[in-house]
Amino acid sequence: MISADIQVVLPEILLAGYAMLALLVAVYTSKDGLASTLTWLTAGVFLAFAVWIGINGVGTDTAFSGMFVSDDFSRFAKITILISAAIVLLMSEGYMAERGLLRFEYPVLIALAVVGMMVMVSAGDLMVLYMGLELQSLSLYVVASLRRDSIKSTEAGLKYFVLGALSSGLLLYGASLVYGFAGTTLFTGIIIAVADGAPIGLLFGLVFLLTGFAFKVSAAPFHMWTPDVYEGSPTSVTAFFATAPKVAAMALFARVVFDAFGGIVGDWQQIVAFLSVVSVFVGSIAAIGQRDIKRLMAYSSIAHMGFALMGLAAGTALGVQAMLIYMVIYVTMNIGTFAVILGMHRDGKPTTDITMLKGYSNREPLMAFVLLVMMFSLAGVPPLLGFFGKLYVLRAAYDAGLGWLAIAGVVASVIGAFYYLRIVYYVYFAERDDGAAGRLPPVLWTAAVVSTVIVALAWVPGINLFGLEPFAAEAALTLVN
Amino acid sequence: MTVFAFTFYVFALSTILGGLMTVVSRNPVHSVLWLILAFLSSAGLFITLGAEFVAMLLIIVYVGAVAVLFLFVVMMLDVDFAELKAEMVRYLPLGLLIGVVIIMQLALAFGAWNTSDMAMANRLAPVGDNENTALLGLLIYDQYIILFQLAGLILLVAMIGAIVLTLRHRVDIKRQNVIAQMHRDPAKAMELKDVKPGQGL
Amino acid sequence: METIILFAPLVGALIAGFGWKFIGETAAQWISTGLLFLAALLSWIVFLMFNGTTEIIPILRWIESGSLSTDWAIRMDRLTAIMLIVITTVSALVHLYSFGYMAHDDNFREGEHYRARFFAYLSFFTFAMLMLVTADNLVQMFFGWEGVGLASYLLIGFYYRKPSANAAAIKAFVVNRVGDFGFALGIFALFLLTDSINFSDIFAAAPEIAQTQMTFLWRDWNAAEVVAVLLFIGAMGKSAQLFLHTWLPDAMEGPTPVSALIHAATMVTAGVFLVCRMSPIMEFAPNAMTFVVFLGATTAFVAATIGLVQNDIKRVIAYSTMSQLGYMFVAAGVGAYSVAMFHLFTHAFFKAMLFLGAGSVIHGMHHEQDMRNYGGLRKKLPYTFWAMMIGTLAITGVGIPLTHIGFAGFLSKDAVIESAWAGGTGYAFWMLVIAAMFTSFYSWRLMFLTFFGKPRGNKHTHEHAHESPTVMLVPLGVLALGSVFAGMIWYNVFFGYSDKVADFFGIPEAVEMVEDGEADEGVVAAADNLAEGDVDGATAAVTEEEIAEADGDAGGHHFAFGGEPGDGAIYISPDNHVLDDAHEAPTWVKVAPFVAMVIGFLTAFMMYIRHPAFPRQLAEQQRPLYNFLLHKWYFDEIYNFIFVRPALWIGRFLWKRGDEDTIDGGINGVAMGIIPFFTRQLNRAQSGYLFTYAFAMVLGLAVLLTWMTLFGGAN
Repeated sequence: MISADIQVVLPEILLAGYAMLALLVAVYTSKDGLASTLTWLTAGVFLAFAVWIGINGVGTDTAFSGMFVSDDFSRFAKITILISAAIVLLMSEGYMAERGLLRFEYPVLIALAVVGMMVMVSAGDLMVLYMGLELQSLSLYVVASLRRDSIKSTEAGLKYFVLGALSSGLLLYGASLVYGFAGTTLFTGIIIAVADGAPIGLLFGLVFLLTGFAFKVSAAPFHMWTPDVYEGSPTSVTAFFATAPKVAAMALFARVVFDAFGGIVGDWQQIVAFLSVVSVFVGSIAAIGQRDIKRLMAYSSIAHMGFALMGLAAGTALGVQAMLIYMVIYVTMNIGTFAVILGMHRDGKPTTDITMLKGYSNREPLMAFVLLVMMFSLAGVPPLLGFFGKLYVLRAAYDAGLGWLAIAGVVASVIGAFYYLRIVYYVYFAERDDGAAGRLPPVLWTAAVVSTVIVALAWVPGINLFGLEPFAAEAALTLVN
Repeated sequence: MTVFAFTFYVFALSTILGGLMTVVSRNPVHSVLWLILAFLSSAGLFITLGAEFVAMLLIIVYVGAVAVLFLFVVMMLDVDFAELKAEMVRYLPLGLLIGVVIIMQLALAFGAWNTSDMAMANRLAPVGDNENTALLGLLIYDQYIILFQLAGLILLVAMIGAIVLTLRHRVDIKRQNVIAQMHRDPAKAMELKDVKPGQGL
Repeated sequence: METIILFAPLVGALIAGFGWKFIGETAAQWISTGLLFLAALLSWIVFLMFNGTTEIIPILRWIESGSLSTDWAIRMDRLTAIMLIVITTVSALVHLYSFGYMAHDDNFREGEHYRARFFAYLSFFTFAMLMLVTADNLVQMFFGWEGVGLASYLLIGFYYRKPSANAAAIKAFVVNRVGDFGFALGIFALFLLTDSINFSDIFAAAPEIAQTQMTFLWRDWNAAEVVAVLLFIGAMGKSAQLFLHTWLPDAMEGPTPVSALIHAATMVTAGVFLVCRMSPIMEFAPNAMTFVVFLGATTAFVAATIGLVQNDIKRVIAYSTMSQLGYMFVAAGVGAYSVAMFHLFTHAFFKAMLFLGAGSVIHGMHHEQDMRNYGGLRKKLPYTFWAMMIGTLAITGVGIPLTHIGFAGFLSKDAVIESAWAGGTGYAFWMLVIAAMFTSFYSWRLMFLTFFGKPRGNKHTHEHAHESPTVMLVPLGVLALGSVFAGMIWYNVFFGYSDKVADFFGIPEAVEMVEDGEADEGVVAAADNLAEGDVDGATAAVTEEEIAEADGDAGGHHFAFGGEPGDGAIYISPDNHVLDDAHEAPTWVKVAPFVAMVIGFLTAFMMYIRHPAFPRQLAEQQRPLYNFLLHKWYFDEIYNFIFVRPALWIGRFLWKRGDEDTIDGGINGVAMGIIPFFTRQLNRAQSGYLFTYAFAMVLGLAVLLTWMTLFGGAN
């Protein structure tokens, strides 16, 4: 029995084993001297695991009496997480080394965070869910304050930690309420218990649970940590925050609401819709005043999470599919954008001031174009990829009878377009001689250009979002049915 | 009221009191002490439930280690809590209002509390002839092995984090090198000079 | 071959428009002109080899939407063939002519490149026009229709530094939109009725449409009538018929080759073409056709009166064009579509030539256009003079009465007038005769003012007047040939006996008419006489018979047309005898236009050669009438009052109040007031203090809990 279980959890076990082995080897050899190699190696391992999971996984397997689930949905999320984490890790190597932050613990922590995320998306039990969540969060708290001699970075880590603890507390409280009602923490048990009806106590438990998740996906009004943490963390860590953990948290969100509470869609739909509509507006409106591009991306991610939640709020297979597609698209766009942000230098030092982008097109035409495409795509301008993401979630929401939500999304999207376009304005139409410049290192350059090509060419007939749709549909079906 | 019920309410009330005072007391050291009271009361609750092992763990780990650590940290850190609290006072009325709202709603929820029909069946812990500790061991190392291992990973991350964030390899301080100390050769370490009286070096 | 004809101008336009930077301006000009000549050559081959059978050449699948399924195809029949030669020939000659005319232009600064652009526009226009005439369905036709409108707009406003040119371009565009609205409604109506926009389907359904009622505006109408009127409104706009004509004189702001090509020979005749093309529908809409006749005749008359007093050489010709278009509509309206096409065909030659001749004069006179400043140019511009003379002889209709010998305009215009008489409306007939008299007058007035008498105006200009270069004279020569011979050569096939016409247009013979058993000597004799070229004899023979069967028995007309709607290029219903009746017109009818022409000529001669001071005195004496005519019946002023000013007022109101205050104000208020307010609030909430953040979370939690308490438990 245990060997069958281990078979299911094997990727997580091996990845954790790799992390520990890497830690040991590095500690007993050249320590930080190995950091660069380790970073590349970890990225390679991520990619290898992604391929392995992609090839190996078929059907639905459960382990530990249902506490751990491996199905199409979890595999979709895991592959997305692994690939995006690998790319961001590669992108961060140069930046961290340049700033003297490249410690060997960094890739190890990232690897452990990824293990946490993989556990999260595979959770079939509230306790496993919590363990995965904490494993991920704790690693992220640490990497957020990795620049420990910077006040902003330590502040970011501390804020993230304290608020994360609060959200964990809320989540646990919710879990205890749910357990109190259902008498079990297994999703399979909860969904049966809930089928008979959901009293207010259980609904409160649900609210507390979702509040915890909302914190993790940084949905308003549980988003307040995001701008500060994004700004304070080292930029490459911010890039990481903006990608894989968001996918994991969103997948977890979907997992819980469908696997455990699939019978009371009407109840959580209201909460998710509320979170969604507040997020899209807060993200779009608050971003307007930002002067730091990392803060801006924080608000951007808040708004985008609002859109992803919109798909979830639909409560249908189509909605989940839209959400998954949206997340992949969102990650792609963020990788491209952060590649450029990581390459922003002024007088040899990294900068994140938006006004430094003035006249960027004169200095770095190609990267300016990348930024242009990314900003248009983030704003949802057809025919770029971001448009299709929005289209999917809006359609899902509309089909589910949430027309008002879709309209709100469109309105917020229009408001949000302002600050994206302002960046384009700075890059192309404003003049500044001493702004950000400097060639991007090859890794960043490749990431920027490849993601631009992906984003720009998605509409081409025959490409069909690079075949993403059927996989997302399959993943959604395993979850919703 | 049975003795059991009486004990339960005593511990429950002192837990709540401890929690409340932790939050509201002005002196951080007092807060930690109140926290310890809350831990102890919780341990008492566990005992009333028959989970004496968990109760002992709570006292040893939380009271003995965590809370004492807190105390040290609070006493060592020079944080002007009064100032922070002053800022917080501005939000107090609104905060209270929100708190009251939440409490009332929770009261409502508990007033209408009911459990699922199968809750009791789900909940039944496998209490056999074995004692508490052994049963916990069986659960942790068998059914919940994955949770246990994940918890281990979390602790590993916590450890790495603590080291990463605090370990500082300073070059401008003197370090003890045990090997070097042990292999010191007295002959090389010092030189004997025969000083003539009245001449000096 | 037809495909090559269609696309050669497009290729030329693209090369000249986008490629001139790479190949140079001169090469671009030569390529577009060369391709046009190729198209013209092929068109003539197609025209002469064409056997009259309708042929459809599919090019590509075009529209597939619901029940609307349409190919992009060329409908090759006689109408198309005629239009092909008209368009490509005139266009090719105009291209050539433009080499000289556009060589130097004061409207452009030194070193500015405008020639290739001009040629690109011309070629593009030609392509659009060919699209229009080769269309196999209404939408394709509409595409070409709008394409020529666009080209017309671009070319009228070619001198974009002249405010008047820009205004004229906009006016042409806007006025045409009114017509296009009608045309579009007509297309919609036809699609509604037949569920198709293909000509074949529509024509086949024509008898059915005639039996259908449809609701339009406030009441039920006969569907065919509605469609016919709507389509005619489109034609009115394009062909500058009364009420929608005001753009045409202003369009003379464009370069003269443009006036010749677009505003004389081709585009403006698109309306006539449309009516002829839609003849299967028109035949079933007698009331609409009466309206067409009435409006055409009135236009011919009004335009001719205005032409009497205009002083700008191009405007005179422009009004003459408008007047001649009225003739064509009268012919089409009475059911003599072939006659309308005949006049369209001949008119293209002599009117293009008049315009090019006028352009030559203007070119020679350094862009002076006022005829009052001309005079005595016969010696200075001998070739131009002779060309203009031929054109004038053609347009005024000089020929030998009661024979088929004469200039092109003589034959076609007389045919129109006889058809008008045969159509039974005395109003149209008399209007046209009077218009013919006026035509003669103002044409000769133009000639006399320009080429005879003493030089007037700027002496310097007269001294430097020069004959145009050969590239401008060659097109004049070619068109002169057409103006002289086009009528005589193709008289029979357009306006001969029904069997010839039917054969030419590919219309099946009406066998059942012969079966009536009424075949008698008169007709046979007429046919024999005709075969011998003795038209008078034939006419006499048929006239005799007409008298013999004065009771109007339909069986008396043995050359009635047959076939189903859509069988041939045009459809003439079996009870439409206009063509026959026209042949049988009394002699006085046939002579009337000639007499009118002579009167016009003599009056002009008296007024401008014998007594040059007399016109001024007359104008003084009849001041109100003179002003009335000079101001073009005050159409522009009335329109300005009724439409333009209210439209401007509404526009300004919507702009200032609606757009700037409401929409801009609203958007600005939201974008610069409300949103920034929220932005500030949100940024202030982002205080940086942990407890604020935690507080926000708890607040959110409280909201959600409250929400759940109130609205939870939906399941």
